[in-house]
Amino acid sequence: MDSSTTVAIEVDDLVVDRGGKRVLDSLNFTIAAGSVTGLLGPSGSGKTTLIRAVVGVQKIQSGAVRVLGQSAGSPALRHQVAYVTQSPSVYGDLTIRQNARYFAGIYGASASVADEAVRDVGLGDIATQMVYTLSGGQQARVSLACALVAHPAVLVLDEPTVGLDPVLRRDLWEQFHALADKGTTLLVSSHVMDEADRCDRLLLLREGKLLADESPDALRRDTGVDNLEEAFLQLILHHPDNVSPAKN
Amino acid sequence: MSIKITYLTVVRVLTQILHDRRTLVILLVVPCVLLTLLRFIFDGRSDIFDQIGLMLLGIFPFTSMFLVTSVAMLRERVSGTLERLLSTPANKLDLLFGYGIAFALIAIVQAGVASAVTYLLLGLESQGSITTVLMIAAATAILGSSTGLLTSAFAKTEFQALQFMPAVVVPQILLCGLIWPREEMSTALQAISNVLPLRYSAGALREVETYPLPTGTMWRDLLVVAAFAVVLLAAAAATLRRRSA
Repeated sequence: MDSSTTVAIEVDDLVVDRGGKRVLDSLNFTIAAGSVTGLLGPSGSGKTTLIRAVVGVQKIQSGAVRVLGQSAGSPALRHQVAYVTQSPSVYGDLTIRQNARYFAGIYGASASVADEAVRDVGLGDIATQMVYTLSGGQQARVSLACALVAHPAVLVLDEPTVGLDPVLRRDLWEQFHALADKGTTLLVSSHVMDEADRCDRLLLLREGKLLADESPDALRRDTGVDNLEEAFLQLILHHPDNVSPAKN
Repeated sequence: MSIKITYLTVVRVLTQILHDRRTLVILLVVPCVLLTLLRFIFDGRSDIFDQIGLMLLGIFPFTSMFLVTSVAMLRERVSGTLERLLSTPANKLDLLFGYGIAFALIAIVQAGVASAVTYLLLGLESQGSITTVLMIAAATAILGSSTGLLTSAFAKTEFQALQFMPAVVVPQILLCGLIWPREEMSTALQAISNVLPLRYSAGALREVETYPLPTGTMWRDLLVVAAFAVVLLAAAAATLRRRSA
């Protein structure tokens, strides 16, 4: 299959309802292998639900999500897809190193891989500290380290940079691109538009619908504005389905 | 199911408990204190202490492991680590067995300390050996863990998880023969207690009290306890869903 070598994630007419409400409405897109795709949208737009669908832990109503040519969540993908949840899902009553080594062990990776991942997220110096003593941003990085140990082909991150200082945020984005250069496909959600420029491709989600699926430059060209936040606003205001108060 | 991931999970859960010194101290010291209290309540009636004290050596691990496991599992659900684990190569049985084995090991230490204190310092006497008591206590502890793993699925908060203690554990303690002989209860109550697993632990310990060597009844009761533990664990596994709404 030629397409499976270039397309990492394929979402086909995906519909998800939660609590009787439509959260994702007929989404269609593909994500190229070895790219950094930003999933942007306001809080409540369905970003987390979409990410969970890609990881294969979300019940879906209809449509299909395929990752690396396989149905999302299938057992074969569990070695290849790593997921960093929005709130740090690590064990507070273990040290940083113990967390990383536990998850490394599950993926069949060695302790040195775990220690390297801890260094990669900038926590090498405090690796023996208990996770509950760390700040929220540090805990988020422990959570990231526990995904990096998998050396995944697809890395899915839900708002990984919330609450981080600007230098660290830049470092993490550089790391994401370094991973992509080595062939990893990254899907990163964010509600901060200034992170959009760091992505190869943008998926703009609002109220469960995909407003845009293009590169940051193409988005600027199409909307005629330079600022991506402004561009997003333009898309919302001119979306055909959307009767916005500003139009009336 | 992978032996390696189960083993890693056992080590991880034990490390977490070892980091929580206070919980560890409560787990080990409180049963001894309560048994000492009981010894003085029944001062001069060592026959009653022999009977009740012995049963408590099985009931304490059951109760502690129920509480510890249900809260630990609930935290796993609430913190998102469960969802994360289920997206990794780890199987849910690795996780459940990991918890079951880790807490059984702690329960053996707990029952070991409590038995040592009860037999050596408080003068409890039984016909059967301490080793047999420990074996029954370990099986009962695993039963407690399985019960906790299952009930945690029906709790959304730690408050709710703790409320299952009076709902699930206390009726079993009342009906197992600890405070009144089962034979003297009405047939209806006996029938109810027959479908509650703790009654079989108490029954097995009764046998240890009376007979120097393990009896057929004791082995049967122990087997029933083990079977209940397996069934509850399987039910707990069914509540762990990879996909949720």
